[in-house]
Amino acid sequence: MSDRIELPLAGTPFGASPSFLELVRREHPEAIPGRQIETPFPVPHGTTVLGLKFVDGIVMAGDRRATAGNLIADAKMRKVFPADDYSAIAIAGVAGQAVELVKLFQLELEHYEKITGDRLSLEGKANRLAQMIRSNFPMALQGFVVVPLFGGFDDRKDEGRIFYYDATGGRWEEDDYQTTGSGGQSAKNSLKKRWRPGLGSDDALRVAVEALIDAAEDDAATGGPDATRRIWPIAVRVTAEGAADVPEDQVVAAVEAVLQERGAS
Amino acid sequence: MPYVAPEQLMKDRSEYAHKGIARGRSVIGLEFADGLLFIAENPSATLHKISEIYDQIAFAGVGKYSEFEELRIAGIRLADLRGYQYGREDVKARDLANAYSQALSTIFTQQMKPYEVEILVGEVDGEVDGAGIYHILFDGSVSDEQGFVAMGGHAEELTDALRDRYQAGWDLPTAVRTAVQVLGTTPETREIPSEQIEAAVVDRTRSQRRKFRRLRPDEVGSALGG
Repeated sequence: MSDRIELPLAGTPFGASPSFLELVRREHPEAIPGRQIETPFPVPHGTTVLGLKFVDGIVMAGDRRATAGNLIADAKMRKVFPADDYSAIAIAGVAGQAVELVKLFQLELEHYEKITGDRLSLEGKANRLAQMIRSNFPMALQGFVVVPLFGGFDDRKDEGRIFYYDATGGRWEEDDYQTTGSGGQSAKNSLKKRWRPGLGSDDALRVAVEALIDAAEDDAATGGPDATRRIWPIAVRVTAEGAADVPEDQVVAAVEAVLQERGAS
Repeated sequence: MPYVAPEQLMKDRSEYAHKGIARGRSVIGLEFADGLLFIAENPSATLHKISEIYDQIAFAGVGKYSEFEELRIAGIRLADLRGYQYGREDVKARDLANAYSQALSTIFTQQMKPYEVEILVGEVDGEVDGAGIYHILFDGSVSDEQGFVAMGGHAEELTDALRDRYQAGWDLPTAVRTAVQVLGTTPETREIPSEQIEAAVVDRTRSQRRKFRRLRPDEVGSALGG
């Protein structure tokens, strides 16, 4: 990297590409995550995340644990992020790479919006993410897998939508809910019983939190809520009003309601 | 090629650029209580003169659209790359102003024709109650403006009018109303309808990371009516 940053002028060869990913790849290929070849060794993995639809949009939530082999690498990792004003992304898989992917994806959306003056459609965002995961495929083959969930509010269809991905960049749309990560199966079983169409905002959060608690009970790599250290799941809600973190007191209330029902507190 | 004295060459280019810029409409940039306001008369609702560069940085251009649009995109690219490689708080308007200055100066001296543009790069600082506006000319010269600045076809008249009226600490409606009145003083006195006003702010009181916000036509309308 040279010390002086050149001002990359637009208009080559025709029109300005609104893609930030292509810009970094061209100007600073070394800054792209996942280019270095590493030998497989225990690296932190993020575990359980989920997304579900409710009447006004979607909720995405995740536990806070990252594991490296049988060690807990991080007890307070964040795995669910607003991607832009109207969408959210949740990640499972190799933590370092996943967090970089999120950062790059957020910039991809912001850069597009600033260059073109328009926000990408939700469909466009979902496709772009698929391409980014596909380009990570050589790393996935070496065990560095990143599998996100993506969702947002589609203002053209006036509803929330959820997409999930596999390591090859395959993209599928879900009608109701989806989970991913090591505790994903348990969380999915829980959602299967609890989720129903037309859930309200509070109920949706409660169903999401309950699924995470179920996953933590069955999967050692998923961290449950921890009242002593005040570690709670993180949830992001996306509606027509935009994407925002669910305030911690609401998450705590949902956790307490679930635990109360189970007679544990 | 016949010999042309460098002085003459620069003078010709400078005149050429001035003429190009004088044909277009003007932009006003000013500080108000919550940050910076950039405002322009612009009949098009989609071909913007004012836009977002980064979290706390806005851009405005006058003159030839294709040229300042290219500079705008280059600025966004520089800012996004810098913020990605280092940190978001490391992206500063001063660096952008320097990069623009270098690029425009090179174009002015080395290319067949100079760019017929003037641009503003404005920044608010979240921590300090300050804001900065850099004004960059077609030949790469930069100035650091205090309080208010006008550029474009009738910059001098507009600057004089602003100097008479400007007061630090205006609220947003007052700033918009006064700026529109000033824009309407030249070349002839007229009332500019609110649909023809393009306005955006970098508002340090905004809770979001991105402080740039375009004013909706109804906001401009109510500021003008009030």
